[in-house]
Amino acid sequence: MTERRGTWVGSSVGRREDPRLLTGQGRFVDDIHLPQMLHAQFVRSTIAAGTVVSIDLSATLAVPGVVAAYTAADLDMGDITAILDRPASEFVQTDMPVLARDRVRYVGEPLAIVLAEDPYAVEDGLEAARVTYDADAPVVSDEVAMAPGAPLVHEAATGNVLVDVSMFATEGIDRIIDEAPCVVRVRAKTGRQNALPLETRGVVASWDARDEQLLVQTCTQVPHQVRTVMAGCLGLAERSVRVLVPDMGGGFGLKCVVGREEIAVGAACLKAGRPVKWIEDRRDALTASFLAREQRYDVRAAFDGDGRLLALDADIVCDMGAYSCYPFTAGIEPLMASAELPGVYKVPAYRVRGRAVTTNKAPTAPYRGVSRPQIVMVMERLFERAARELDMDPVEIRRRNLITEFPYTGINDVTYDPGSYLESLDLCERVLKDEGWYERRGAARSSGRFIGIGYSCFSERTGYGSAAFAKRKMAVVPGFDMAEIRMDLSGGVTVTTGTMSHGQSHETTLAQIVADRLGLDIAEVKIHQGDTDRITYGFGTFASRSATIGGSAVARAATALGERLLALGAHLLETTYDNVELDARRVRRRDDGRALSFEELADVAYLKAHLLPKDAEPGLTASATFDVHGDGTFSNAAHGAVVELHPGTGQIEILRYVCVEDCGVAINPQVVEGQARGGIAQGIAGALFEEITYDEQGEPSCASFIDYKVPTAGEIPDISVHHLETPCAFTESGAKGAGEGGTIGAPAAVLNAVNDALRPTGVELDDTPIRPETVQRALATIGVFA
Amino acid sequence: MKPAPFTYHRARDVAGAIDLVAELGPDAKYIAGGQSLVAMMNFRLARPSHLVDLGGLWSELAHVRRDGDSVRIGALTTHHEVETAGLGLLSEAMEWIGHLPIRTRGTAGGSLAHGDATAEWCLLALLLDAEIIVQGPEGRRTIPAAELFLGFFTTTLEPEEIILEIVFPRSGRRAALTEFAERRGDFATVVAAVDLETSAVVLGGVAPAPVRVPEAEAVLASGGSFADCAEAAAAAIDPPGDANGSAEYRRVLTRTLVARACEEAQS
Repeated sequence: MTERRGTWVGSSVGRREDPRLLTGQGRFVDDIHLPQMLHAQFVRSTIAAGTVVSIDLSATLAVPGVVAAYTAADLDMGDITAILDRPASEFVQTDMPVLARDRVRYVGEPLAIVLAEDPYAVEDGLEAARVTYDADAPVVSDEVAMAPGAPLVHEAATGNVLVDVSMFATEGIDRIIDEAPCVVRVRAKTGRQNALPLETRGVVASWDARDEQLLVQTCTQVPHQVRTVMAGCLGLAERSVRVLVPDMGGGFGLKCVVGREEIAVGAACLKAGRPVKWIEDRRDALTASFLAREQRYDVRAAFDGDGRLLALDADIVCDMGAYSCYPFTAGIEPLMASAELPGVYKVPAYRVRGRAVTTNKAPTAPYRGVSRPQIVMVMERLFERAARELDMDPVEIRRRNLITEFPYTGINDVTYDPGSYLESLDLCERVLKDEGWYERRGAARSSGRFIGIGYSCFSERTGYGSAAFAKRKMAVVPGFDMAEIRMDLSGGVTVTTGTMSHGQSHETTLAQIVADRLGLDIAEVKIHQGDTDRITYGFGTFASRSATIGGSAVARAATALGERLLALGAHLLETTYDNVELDARRVRRRDDGRALSFEELADVAYLKAHLLPKDAEPGLTASATFDVHGDGTFSNAAHGAVVELHPGTGQIEILRYVCVEDCGVAINPQVVEGQARGGIAQGIAGALFEEITYDEQGEPSCASFIDYKVPTAGEIPDISVHHLETPCAFTESGAKGAGEGGTIGAPAAVLNAVNDALRPTGVELDDTPIRPETVQRALATIGVFA
Repeated sequence: MKPAPFTYHRARDVAGAIDLVAELGPDAKYIAGGQSLVAMMNFRLARPSHLVDLGGLWSELAHVRRDGDSVRIGALTTHHEVETAGLGLLSEAMEWIGHLPIRTRGTAGGSLAHGDATAEWCLLALLLDAEIIVQGPEGRRTIPAAELFLGFFTTTLEPEEIILEIVFPRSGRRAALTEFAERRGDFATVVAAVDLETSAVVLGGVAPAPVRVPEAEAVLASGGSFADCAEAAAAAIDPPGDANGSAEYRRVLTRTLVARACEEAQS
């Protein structure tokens, strides 16, 4: 392996994206204006469940400025189909039509697409549409869905269950639990959330007659998967669709699935013969895009008298809404939760059943962390509860159970590569102790105030390769990625990657990797992404895969180009390959120091090809792929939160937040810290603020940020981030993924801190989000009001 | 989230604006800072056919004039202008309104005309016995704040009337306003304001309109403790329950915030 840390890797160089983004020169989907472009919006279902009797668009078409309006019957589109290769007892396939045909399954489901000359007329057109329904009783919760005799959301899904997998069941686990001296149980429910990228979804589709291509400019994390579904649904060859992704204002997983609106806009463009733009408004983004995280846990953990975990028995139900998303399916949350629940702890016996139920709510997509915020919360609550039962220190009980020897193959058939589980927890605790928070908590308690300290301890599997996703039995197996590199006559390089930054600074971090491999300045490395015509295939960016998989592909391509430069240099310097090296943008002879610059080598490779060795190809290009063959690589972290509860209002004030993270070699520590802080903010959002609820008619409660309480800078505390470094052994840069950890650790740490503060009341809270009123009521149980 | 079609008119002076709205009829609406109206129009919850923009009338309607302890505030004065005018309670209370961009566009008169039950301007007007100077087709009249708010987003303003000025007879030297919301800048779940000089107690978020609480005021007037005053306020109200809090929780908040406002008013 090449030296991991170089001039650039490991350095907090400024983000190259920032100058354009911070001065308003970024180019987002909504900045694209094409001649003759029409504006689209969707007529959406106003009921949660029922049959469409009629869709009358005559008044819509009469609205000035409206050009066309199409229903499913007008557009020839195949359904979006996501499949797990599992038996019918474990997985039920449910196809998602691009536009609903006869059945509607959630409020906001698209029924027709309206095209108009401007974005105002199109909304007048929506208002004029007349849809009649034969309404059914909606299924608005997992409990309603699984009740005997419940109406069926999909005919094929008996009992409204889409996925039912009992992934592990250790023999004799019941006896272990029955005989254990300490058994604790956590029943927890987490709120339905929206991943909430600042930039809502949006697409501009146009037909390019010269290239004979449908050009789809869309803000997606997965350009090639959009191409594949677009081509499939519209009956086009893959080469007849080009997906081009401009700057993106976030995705967080919501944009790593293919949206039905994206496909409908492509179809409408072809039908209307004009470019079509769709920009999702915030109301649709909140209620009718993809949601996540609504899960219910019933978990028991058995411990011996010394606080050692003996067994874990879990029942997990995820409310996946109306449809399976492509390519992950409705299995995304329950399968992740089932496979990863044991986490950083040694679990000798494990049984788990994970189910996905379908309800009349907007469908779900992966959201940063996918189930891991919940499973970590549940595990950390179990340890806290066991510590209370056994009268142990909550940090000490974790220490006794943490995995400390690596590689470690767990009961969940996952092999964990080396990490710093114990070290990160120790450091996190030491920081809070050194800062005097334990004394402050003690003083607060004796003066009738409520300060609590909470921890979370977790690892996060990153770099899921083909092998890991194949274990999930997905019909589409994401895993590898590709990189291509070319050196130009200026001696710099252009690198194309199959990953897709939606805010993660890949133009900076991938350039740092390449610059080190070739001895270039990062200013000489141009990163291209988000263009399906430029690279053969790729799986985009999700699951913290880009630094690990994309970064390794890029590193390998750069290394391969370096080898070509060395071979050419050796030939021109009339020596052997072993006698030359890369040095400061040159190929240099080791013996006499004679050297040729990259420009001189490129000059020969492109303009004087007759000087090349006989068997050498002209040009200076290389390509590489990278895949992970094992179970991936595990980043880890410990989070510590200190909260104060205010009895008069129930307000939960976060006084301090400490994160000790280990993502291996940090390519750019500043970028890693940004990821941690942003992730923690989203984790706090889930713990304390955000939730979309539905009334009995299946109407969502949130149409704007008045009701959907995304926290602002005013609610997020200062967060200090400390780094440990356990390099990954098999990624090229030694990096592990860093995209999701913050979100994963925060809910557990905050929840534990709140429960610690509530200790004098005897009340324990396991459901999220925790609202101030809930805290106020808990404090009132012991007569504390102000 | 785009408004229904409307015709935009730009007013050149107050009299012209009133004539125009009278002529255009009931579907015409004034717009000042637009921080509430535009959002409602984007959701199509409000759909005026005509908007008469008062934004250009700042020379007539945007001012802060002090006269001893009394203050006259032009209706088009923005929250941010008041926030930075050094007016004691009035300036401090502005910090509770939304976020900075909202405060730089939203206006005092617009907020009163909108009549939100948790709006800081509405509470301040009630608390300090403000007089609202308005002009309509029939000429000028003065509405005491106590007679302005009718109920849920409704006031005693006639459709053609424009608020010209808000006259605060006193600045509230021993008064305070405080509130609670889950996020900074949100509409308050409950907002409380207290003036110890006049023994006034005003609440928002507990009824369809901002209200004075005579039961709590009586406690202050008779020299009772702040805690008793807060208790009386909590007992006197019959608050609504919704996603932001149950009725019982609003009572708890009322008790906490009235006591807190009393303490702050005294310090």
